[in-house]
Amino acid sequence: MATVRAEKIYKVFGRRARDAVHQLESGASRSDLAAAGTTAAVIDASFEVADGEIFVVMGLSGSGKSTLIRMLNGLLPATSGDVYINDEDITKMSQRQIREMRQRRMSMVFQHFALFPHRSVLDNAAYALEIQGVEREARRAKAKEALGLVGLDGWENHLPDQLSGGMRQRVGLARALAADTDILLMDEAFSALDPLIRRDMQDQLLSLQAELGKTIIFITHDLNEAMRLGDHIAVMREGRIVQIGTAEDILNDPANDYVAQFVQDVDRAKVLSATSVMERPTSTIGANSGPRAALKVMREMQHTAIFVVDRQGTLLGVVEDEAAAEAARNGAETVEGIISNDIPEVGPETAVYELFIPSAESRLPLAVVDEDRKLLGIVPRATLLAALGQNAKPVENVREDANA
Amino acid sequence: MRELLLAEAGWHVPQLNVGGWFSAIVDWIRNNVGPLLDFINLIVQSCVDAVVWVLTLLPSWAMVVVFGLIALLVRGWKFGIGALIGFALIDSLRAFDNAMDSLSQVIVSGVVAVVIAVPLGILAARSARASRIIKPVMDFMQTLPQFVYLIPVIFFFSIGAVPGVIATVVFALPPGVRLTELGIRQVDKEMVEAGEAFGAPSGKILRGIQIPLAMPSIMAGINQVIMMSLSMVVIAGMVGAPGLGSQVFGAVQQLQLANGFNGGLAVVILAIYLDRLTSSFGDRSAVSRAARVASKV
Repeated sequence: MATVRAEKIYKVFGRRARDAVHQLESGASRSDLAAAGTTAAVIDASFEVADGEIFVVMGLSGSGKSTLIRMLNGLLPATSGDVYINDEDITKMSQRQIREMRQRRMSMVFQHFALFPHRSVLDNAAYALEIQGVEREARRAKAKEALGLVGLDGWENHLPDQLSGGMRQRVGLARALAADTDILLMDEAFSALDPLIRRDMQDQLLSLQAELGKTIIFITHDLNEAMRLGDHIAVMREGRIVQIGTAEDILNDPANDYVAQFVQDVDRAKVLSATSVMERPTSTIGANSGPRAALKVMREMQHTAIFVVDRQGTLLGVVEDEAAAEAARNGAETVEGIISNDIPEVGPETAVYELFIPSAESRLPLAVVDEDRKLLGIVPRATLLAALGQNAKPVENVREDANA
Repeated sequence: MRELLLAEAGWHVPQLNVGGWFSAIVDWIRNNVGPLLDFINLIVQSCVDAVVWVLTLLPSWAMVVVFGLIALLVRGWKFGIGALIGFALIDSLRAFDNAMDSLSQVIVSGVVAVVIAVPLGILAARSARASRIIKPVMDFMQTLPQFVYLIPVIFFFSIGAVPGVIATVVFALPPGVRLTELGIRQVDKEMVEAGEAFGAPSGKILRGIQIPLAMPSIMAGINQVIMMSLSMVVIAGMVGAPGLGSQVFGAVQQLQLANGFNGGLAVVILAIYLDRLTSSFGDRSAVSRAARVASKV
């Protein structure tokens, strides 16, 4: 069940907004409308956010992402289209119902924190509960708990202005967490922070998410942040969602030239996982194969070693050429006796940047294995380097596609 | 050509008797809502009398001490001593009773103006339409010469303290309305959004977020209201409002330079006292206190 679903939502600012939507539907462009004095901030956006995922909306300033997130909790009413929160259409709700929905279902974290300077950290964190009508003692206890979650124990009686930027945003996060809603809207929540602090906050958000299982809709203009946090990412441009997919989908298969250019600068080593760069393990042998057969395969593939797997594809080890040649001279029947277990293994989700050291320390390609030690693929050193160098090339290809 | 123009030298744009219309309106009001005017007259006069009664409850030297103590409590010993000397000087100028008359009118008109101005400012801040109506009215009220207010109020309330207070209220309103509206409009949009995003109804956003955050500006507005009230109360001496204004006005008419100067000096002392006192209220708002605490870190 999707917790948040948007269907063909439009937001047009200016006069005769409804007419503008009809024009857009029948093919008018954003600039056609701009000439008439109306601004189409969000055009025909549809997406689904699954329960418990982090859904990132990424785009440059002016792409409509902040408008989009504000339509999800009704801060800005959609000009057209429907927004469902747990299958309730908020565009059909009265003001009162929307307020109730915000109290019970979704809270929000703001770019510039939006903390109330005249209230203590504790009272800021308790704000949502105060609005919900929770008793003073109960809400303070809950707010204290939320502050503990974000690592602000002992700061309850300080004022927001006494805190650093990162700590202030933690208060903002605690305020949203204390509200105890399933859905968290985060509008450029970390954009105003220093890069190092931003990283800390991202880590903290990920661990909180793992712990609490909130559904998070996160807005950012930072692609690295999007790739780091997002289970799914929607890329927005000029009011439209141009692509929705996982980080790897977007990186490896950009929907158009724009997305391709955007992902050019991404640090691929951090985004890509071993799975997305590994190669098929073409040259493997069974444990029953003879050393001469092993040598033959190695010669054909021009490898100096070969992985040994059993019938189910479980990795048993590796046979190197020197050992195989010696075994062949000694007249061994199978390679069983010379299988070495000294092989670099990595999991499928290991990030590419974590592959460098094992790869550098080993003469062999890295073996990518799952939890049952089943051999999924291998990552030779050359492949690893090629994966990082890929960014220039696909863009060229995409351009040609776009022109064709 | 020139001859032609000279031949028409006696010609004017047709006369519009705006002043005549105005006086007709005043007449009409006086004739038709007389009982209401009498009622207002009674209320305002009673308020002024009550405040005067309080201010003259103690002998003047004791009141000097009281003013000094208030100053001490609000701002500290420097202001306390300054106030003590200032009011002692007023007493020694034998202008104390007049000063108390003026002060009571300032208090009554100031309170009434604030009670009207702050809600009007809030209304203007929350509704663009209200703002479009209120703004030009405030512009008009503020640019009109102070004396102009005195003429109609004399017709409505004859002479004395009441027309002075009414004219003062009208004159002192605009800064209160403006600074309240400005203060609320300047509250960071994200803060208001935060209130909305957590499901707060607009009343709670107003009371819990907008007004507290706008408080320094609202307090600056109240300070302005009080200062304008004082200046108008002095001018209201021309319509017979008792106090320092009539002392100065009478002295000017009778060329009593010394008496006029004494009155003027008392006005200055009163003005400084009221300004320091009311501007310190802004420093006591929650937001200002928070800012001070934070700046110490």
